[in-house]
Amino acid sequence: MSLALSFMSHPGPRKDAATAARLGASRKRADRIIRTLCLAATVIGLVLLASILITLFYRGFEAMSLRVFTHVTAPPGSEGGLLNAIVGSLIQSLIGTAIGTPIGMLVGTYLAEYAKDSWLGNAVRFVSDILLSAPSILIGLFVYQILVLPFGGFSGWAGIAALAIIVIPIVVRTTEDMLQLIPNTLREAVVGLGAPKWKMIILICWRAALAGIITGILLAVARVAGETAPLLFTSLGNNAWSTDLSKPMSSLPVTIYAFAGSPFEDWIALAWAGALLITLGVLSLNILARTLLRSRI
Amino acid sequence: MSLSTQTQNQGAGTTSFGGMQARSEAALNTARVAISNLDFFYGDNRALKEIKLDLPDRQVTGMIGPSGCGKSTLLRVLNRMYSLYPGQRATGEVMMDGENIIADSTDLNSLRAKVGMVFQKPTPFPMTIYENIAFGIRLHEKLSKSELGERIEWALTRAAIWNEVKDRLDRSALGLSGGQQQRLCIARTIAVRPEVILFDEPTSALDPISTLKIEELIDELKRDFTIAIVTHNMQQAARCADQVAFFYLGELIEVAPAAQLFTAPKHPKTQEYITGRFG
Amino acid sequence: MPSASATLPHATRRRSSSFGDKVFALACQAAGLFVLILLGALIIELFIAGLPAFRAFGIPFVTSTDWDPVKELFGAGVSIYGTIVTAILAIFLAVPLAFGIAFFLTELAPPWMRRPVGTAVELLAAVPSIIYGMWGFFVIAPAFAQHVQPRIIDTVGELPLIGFLFQGPPFGTGLFTAAFILAIMVLPFIAATMRDVFEQVPPVYKESAYGLGATTWEVMKGVVIPYTRISVVGGIMLGLGRALGETMAVTFVIGNANRISTSLFGPGNTIASLIALEFGESETGSLKLASLLALGFILFVLSFAVLATSRYLLRSRLKV
Repeated sequence: MSLALSFMSHPGPRKDAATAARLGASRKRADRIIRTLCLAATVIGLVLLASILITLFYRGFEAMSLRVFTHVTAPPGSEGGLLNAIVGSLIQSLIGTAIGTPIGMLVGTYLAEYAKDSWLGNAVRFVSDILLSAPSILIGLFVYQILVLPFGGFSGWAGIAALAIIVIPIVVRTTEDMLQLIPNTLREAVVGLGAPKWKMIILICWRAALAGIITGILLAVARVAGETAPLLFTSLGNNAWSTDLSKPMSSLPVTIYAFAGSPFEDWIALAWAGALLITLGVLSLNILARTLLRSRI
Repeated sequence: MSLSTQTQNQGAGTTSFGGMQARSEAALNTARVAISNLDFFYGDNRALKEIKLDLPDRQVTGMIGPSGCGKSTLLRVLNRMYSLYPGQRATGEVMMDGENIIADSTDLNSLRAKVGMVFQKPTPFPMTIYENIAFGIRLHEKLSKSELGERIEWALTRAAIWNEVKDRLDRSALGLSGGQQQRLCIARTIAVRPEVILFDEPTSALDPISTLKIEELIDELKRDFTIAIVTHNMQQAARCADQVAFFYLGELIEVAPAAQLFTAPKHPKTQEYITGRFG
Repeated sequence: MPSASATLPHATRRRSSSFGDKVFALACQAAGLFVLILLGALIIELFIAGLPAFRAFGIPFVTSTDWDPVKELFGAGVSIYGTIVTAILAIFLAVPLAFGIAFFLTELAPPWMRRPVGTAVELLAAVPSIIYGMWGFFVIAPAFAQHVQPRIIDTVGELPLIGFLFQGPPFGTGLFTAAFILAIMVLPFIAATMRDVFEQVPPVYKESAYGLGATTWEVMKGVVIPYTRISVVGGIMLGLGRALGETMAVTFVIGNANRISTSLFGPGNTIASLIALEFGESETGSLKLASLLALGFILFVLSFAVLATSRYLLRSRLKV
């Protein structure tokens, strides 16, 4: 036994201090280089965000005036504003979210409470996740095919439908995630009082998940408010004042797209003003949503 | 590292007391690590108070005490693991090779090469058994392929797992059983050839047979390594340790050779704890 | 009998609550089915609408580089090339940055800095696509044309083997600029996924590597990356899926020319940008419209494949 053990003691030369030190120094150098590169990557990311925001503030404020909010879009050189675009965006984003949210909540509830591991549930979850990241321009094409072509032309409703389709998977994701955070003991406590499952879900689970679900809704509004591609072939845009949802309807992103690509200085300036508005709106909604989620959980 | 200095450990017998077995020899070697005046803070919370403790060279120091008493914290001071977490700090002296290892100037990477650690749950890395062992060696040494292979065989042999894995070194370490994974982690630690090995409740996640194997292994490893082991299991401390330290509420209540601490504790708190009145 | 009268209301109540349960469960299931049908309908609609183009040009539609509205000759080759080249180049640019940011946020940054910096990076994902387009067109493209591209053309463009990728006049717009903007847009998605999976590695595994004397980078390379490899690839695929279908930003900066340029600085187009630009000028029922819808179908198949892979990789996340 002791013979075998002494044979098994450290083989080879004892640690060579010089080699270890040299190796240690080069390892530390590698570590330092990587750390520096990572810091640099983060700084680059932040600089890019700052560059976008600074550009927007600089050119947006230059073009900002009361006229932007009081006048509708007008031909170049004739003192137009963005009123119809702002109102159109608000109408379409809000109604689109209002339609998409209940559907999304029901789907999320289905996934979390009814179909956790069933094949149908997995299929729905998969499809919803695909829709979440699918190119939004394709949703525009789809709505064009099913709502614009058969019903005689571009309309606010078609735009709303396209945005609602984008809202659904966002709300599905947050609803399911939030419901899954609720401990089963809470559910058991409610059912133990004799409440039926649907009451348990609506009165307790939804309430417990409320902050998260609202976060999801805010993020959904923020997302669709900035969407351009799905509106190009659905609500199209409208240079006149219109709140008729069966007619083509203006929206901020589509107007920005048209104006920014034009050769007219005043239109480009208005595009910057619109870009500033929309970015401020979208970023504040995002920050609001994050703050809400953190303060409640 | 000649074997002659530790002959005093050879033939260590055991005496039985109150259903427990502990080592009888009282002689402790000279200190390999000398802790004095050690305080430890989690933020403002003082978790260790004026600890003074020597870890005798090539012997096993067992650390016992109720949960939250600071024994694991002390272990994490010895290889500066706490330095990973902002807000945790230690003051005082932990002398090793004439250096205070808790000083800011300490080179953490070479310290950890000298003071290895085995964790509560096995932590095999998601790679082959061979690569698991080679990972640590490659950090500190440049070895030829044959030297590396030799070293890996040596480490696995010392960790008493060579025979079980020698035919599947190129398979994932995640396929081993819990006890095998823990011995693999011990092999990974000794492959770096540390001088001190810290065991943080190494058997609490294992079945009794795997536990026995690890304990035998610890007994064998102290020929070459100074060992500190934190355990919740007093029988284990009695079986493995030469010296036992009892901690309570961040203080070192009593430290003594194992047989003495378990048969004739000086402090009433120790008495209460080892007889199972709290804990 | 008191017992009989006592059971009756009890039984009725139970039936009504189970009725409510049925209705609610049915509503939830119906909503789920609706989502399934929605995606199914999307695929079928795009395919049917694109059918005239597939019929007229057959399989060569996918590779043909024609886009001639006058002669009614249409092909998807150029835009498929542009879509794939810009998306993949964007991933090459974004992944190292995303990795650096994720590594910084999980291992290097002091705790007080993690949340604000993480939020700032995530806000990059919230900025609407059209804003990236304007910023790219008015800020990045001129900067590239004046400063960046001339320098690259004079240096890298002179190299053998890869030089041809960086030659030609410095327009500022083009495939490279589009890929650059795309990279910034997908950066937050990749970085956030990487950060989340890095954070899921149990600390004790990192401690075991630190316990062997590894440096932070060695712990990352040796433990964290092997543990999270699959999810990291999933996050990259997610970014790729997003880059493939991005429309507005690309439309602004890609140059919109229907030709395959060998140089990355040359103009081109992508499926999405071609649809966005040409759709308004296509007549209902025309072969051109059908070709655009057929392109939409191809784009859907491409992104579906990539996104499905990404999801598969991210679902099997970290079984430790």
